[in-house]
Amino acid sequence: MIFYHFGKYILLLKSVFRRPEKASIYKREIFKEMVDIGLGSLGIISIISIFIGAVTTVQTAFQLVSDLIPKSIIGSITRDSTILELSPTICSLVLAGKIGSSIASQIGTMRVTEQIDALEIMGINAPGYLILPKLLAGVMMIPLLVIIAIFLSITGGYFAGVASGAVTAAEYIQGLTTDFIPFTVTVAMVKAVIFAFIITTVSSYQGFYTDGGALEVGQSSTKAVVISCISILVADYIIAQLLL
Amino acid sequence: MYFNLGSRLYNSTTLTMITVENIHKSFGDNQVLKGISAEFKPGTTSLIIGGSGSGKTTLLKCMVGLHEPTEGIVSYNDRNFTAMSFDERIAIRKEIGMLFQSSALFDSMTVEENIMFPLNMFTEQAKKEKLERVNFVLERVNLAGKNKLYPSELSGGMMKRVGIARAIAMNPKYLFCDEPNSGLDPKTSILIDELIQEITEEYDITTIIVTHDMNSVMGIGEYILFLHQGQKWWEGSKEEITSTNNQELNDFVFATKLMETLLKK
Repeated sequence: MIFYHFGKYILLLKSVFRRPEKASIYKREIFKEMVDIGLGSLGIISIISIFIGAVTTVQTAFQLVSDLIPKSIIGSITRDSTILELSPTICSLVLAGKIGSSIASQIGTMRVTEQIDALEIMGINAPGYLILPKLLAGVMMIPLLVIIAIFLSITGGYFAGVASGAVTAAEYIQGLTTDFIPFTVTVAMVKAVIFAFIITTVSSYQGFYTDGGALEVGQSSTKAVVISCISILVADYIIAQLLL
Repeated sequence: MYFNLGSRLYNSTTLTMITVENIHKSFGDNQVLKGISAEFKPGTTSLIIGGSGSGKTTLLKCMVGLHEPTEGIVSYNDRNFTAMSFDERIAIRKEIGMLFQSSALFDSMTVEENIMFPLNMFTEQAKKEKLERVNFVLERVNLAGKNKLYPSELSGGMMKRVGIARAIAMNPKYLFCDEPNSGLDPKTSILIDELIQEITEEYDITTIIVTHDMNSVMGIGEYILFLHQGQKWWEGSKEEITSTNNQELNDFVFATKLMETLLKK
């Protein structure tokens, strides 16, 4: 069963990358999706990132009870865990819920109300027209959201650390700037791009092959989120193994 | 010989016909269509009728390529549609207009954007020209001035008419209608039927309608194909349909009290 769906998913992707009927219309759709995915998710990503950074700093400080370990290490731990794991993965899991369910229900509703059939009758490559703009917009906007999330998370950690007295501003900044490995940012970006691909295509697949009515649209939406989240976690492990 | 019909020039030797030959379609073990063959002539309103589950919508979907037949051939003017690849089919699909049971209007677009969508995708016309075409087809379906409304702001009958307007926007040679009267009151149903027939005659389109509405059958059915249990059970005209001895067809035609009473009179 899993191989049947994987094969169908690959065939759908093949249709997605077929030559667009009219580039200008696709371009307009890509910009529209970029606004939906990027701006539409900025609020939730900002709130989550600030709190993730704040909690990471406070909890790291709580665990560092030894006087032998410098407090500046709190800044380093917050930085590395934020860049390598928390921002790309947690943000992508949240986006799988927000964007993934939206894509699956949007495409699924179009399927059950025959709008996809209408596109196909007109001679339009429905997978290309519906999925490609979402995929490209996701691959462009989700890494940007992750970069913003990294900055906000580190900033959140700074304010939480200083406000709680767990670490001084100078110690936190010293920690941030000590032993920084720029490659961790590359890893974060690779993760963001791959997670964006997973979220947009898995959700589109679930929506595109919805069969039935309103109930099935809801089920597709749920499946899209669950499968995207599991795929993100599996991909996260594989990327970590390969790149680190 | 060329003659002008509406906005399209026709060559009398290229008038278009749809033929289906020995169409079979199965979904798993469920065999829905069992060897259907028929010819649909240009400028004619053809009706595919039958009870629920008889395979009429499946046949229509096989004809337009939304389903692939398990066996058999669908040809548009001697062009084997079934054997064509996705890209090869695009040329024929541009000649097809379809009205869906649910109207299938894009709900994120206004009436104007819905009708303009195929024009945007497949023509290089200036916006003014496209707008003129939109206004022309809207006027043709008696919805002039409704350009800026969204599908959610339209009644069922208006949605069907916008569906027809979108279907004819690209000057199709073939018009397919899946249950155009479903969910409409009898008066609006008649208006939709008349509109489809007028458009068919005016532009010499090959029109195929799937329906189980006997009002449509008696009103506009020039060629009628009756399906029963996935097979072609009867074919003929509306004049012949009331005088046939075919038991299953009679059961279908005279299922309503109204038809029974009319026949007695």
